[in-house]
Amino acid sequence: MIIQGKTLKYGDNVDTDVIIPARYLTATDPQELAQHCLEGLDSDFPQKVSSSPILVAGRNFGCGSSREHAPLAIKASGVKAVIAASFARIFYRNALNIGLPILESEEAAEKIKEGDQLEIDLDKGEIKNLTTQETFKVEPFPPFLQEIIEQGGLMNLVKKRVVHLS
Amino acid sequence: MSMTITEKIIAAHAQKEKVTPGELVQVKIDLSLANDITAPLSIKELEKQGIEKIFDPDKIVLVADHNTPCKDIASAQNVKLMQEFAQKHGISHFFVGGKAGIEHVLLPEQGLIVPGDLIIGADSHTCTYGALGAFSTGMGSTDIAASWVLGETWLRVPESILFVYEGKRKQFVTGKDLILFTIGKIGVDGARYCAMEFTGPVIQELSLDERFTMTNMAVEAGAKNGIMEADDKVLSYLTEIKSPRSPIVYQSDSDAQWKEIIEIAVSSIEPQVAFPHLPSNTHSVYSIPQIEVDQVVIGSCTNGRMEDLRMAAQVLKEREVHPRVRLLIFPGSPAILRQAEKEGLLQIFLEAGGIIAPASCGPCLGGHLGVLAEGEKCVSTTNRNFLGRMGHIKSEVYLANPYIAASSAVAGYIAAPDQI
Ligand code: SF4
Repeated sequence: MIIQGKTLKYGDNVDTDVIIPARYLTATDPQELAQHCLEGLDSDFPQKVSSSPILVAGRNFGCGSSREHAPLAIKASGVKAVIAASFARIFYRNALNIGLPILESEEAAEKIKEGDQLEIDLDKGEIKNLTTQETFKVEPFPPFLQEIIEQGGLMNLVKKRVVHLS
Repeated sequence: MSMTITEKIIAAHAQKEKVTPGELVQVKIDLSLANDITAPLSIKELEKQGIEKIFDPDKIVLVADHNTPCKDIASAQNVKLMQEFAQKHGISHFFVGGKAGIEHVLLPEQGLIVPGDLIIGADSHTCTYGALGAFSTGMGSTDIAASWVLGETWLRVPESILFVYEGKRKQFVTGKDLILFTIGKIGVDGARYCAMEFTGPVIQELSLDERFTMTNMAVEAGAKNGIMEADDKVLSYLTEIKSPRSPIVYQSDSDAQWKEIIEIAVSSIEPQVAFPHLPSNTHSVYSIPQIEVDQVVIGSCTNGRMEDLRMAAQVLKEREVHPRVRLLIFPGSPAILRQAEKEGLLQIFLEAGGIIAPASCGPCLGGHLGVLAEGEKCVSTTNRNFLGRMGHIKSEVYLANPYIAASSAVAGYIAAPDQI
């Protein structure tokens, strides 16, 4: 799958409380959550994301709570992919489980600037910066995680196994 | 067969002789937990997929503790959804109302955790149970939903970092200070994806309550789990609470592989305060300027246990809370509330001018029962001080131990007991 778009850039340790504050967690509808996505960090986020749907961030993106509401809010706000120097581990699992594309690359996270136009090839694990003509390679996911992604999230895989068992 | 405790527990649940860091394994789970924020997403996910059957109702725990007693209609709907799900599937470990407490305080008390267990929970502080020598880690709602169906989950075997604590603790230095100091040293991603194993003579001396405080905050350094060897204190606790299950006690082998061994000399550590907006922004309480506070919170899955309340009461006895300050005390569970009443602690808190809140997460996550206004500052015994964590985006949370929290409530500014 190929993803194209301009970037928005944020720093290190973007935590789940700024991605979606707890006061909104009584909602489970992704669209409702999306209205408050990153509002504490960047109040213009909802406007900006429509023209710049790729997030680039520093280390430990998504640290903090286990709330899956965080990747759900990001995905429903229109973000097509998140590139970070590193991801907090629960966020990493959650993103894969709900089908939010994430890419881990220190180099890409450092060199890509806000507003750069990117082309991401998810299958090849390649990020092309069309603005600067740089290309970054991303470690492919291990086969089992690749399967989760290909199935469109963990639950589809679970469902298959349940059908298989019964 | 050199392995760490974490590797041994994972290997046992993966039915393997040995596992190595980096390996992806499928593991059987002993318990899968969710709360009133995360369970609704899991339940809806199962409904969406049309999955009707769960693997074992006795291994699922549901706790209504975050937005409870329900703060609004939406949170009431969420608890109702959990209740109906529990009824439908015969889940007996469903805790609500006067039976509920903060999940990570409640589960060990209920005898639901024993050494050697592998527990997952849709809450990042599920890592707390490591204090009992169990492997426990937080995940999201979909992972938890999948575990309810399959009775297993996938894990990447983490590398382990060994933290060795030695020396003599100074006055007012608690488990909270040791973990804050450690996070200050390695940073909020210093143990990302790793197991943090805590050991050394100082850990042996710590009470179980203080050990829970330490493993609770492992996730604040990015860790997958925090763990300690189960010793006699753990085993006698299990006897005391009449735990119905038998423990399996693991020890790390002397030739186990560590990513790093970090030795911490505790003798020089002073009581810690983590400044906004990261738990790693730590300072000695004796080195900070005068910071006036509006609210003090004592409680949470980090410091809402019996000893924490005793520490607070020791300071608050025959003293009064500063007129500007709101002091909120959240006992971690109904059992703790009852015990605090028996010991006369509630009387001390009330006479000092504190508010006793229900056994709930309350303001820890900025949900309700003590949300901060713009510009307000709070000293809190909780575990996170992220931007806007306890309310307005321009409010500030300072993390500390119960001695400091209680002293600050009296002084009106952040202080240690020997400064008031
Ligand atoms: S007390 Fe705070 S950190 Fe602990 S489970 Fe509740 S909200 Fe989470």
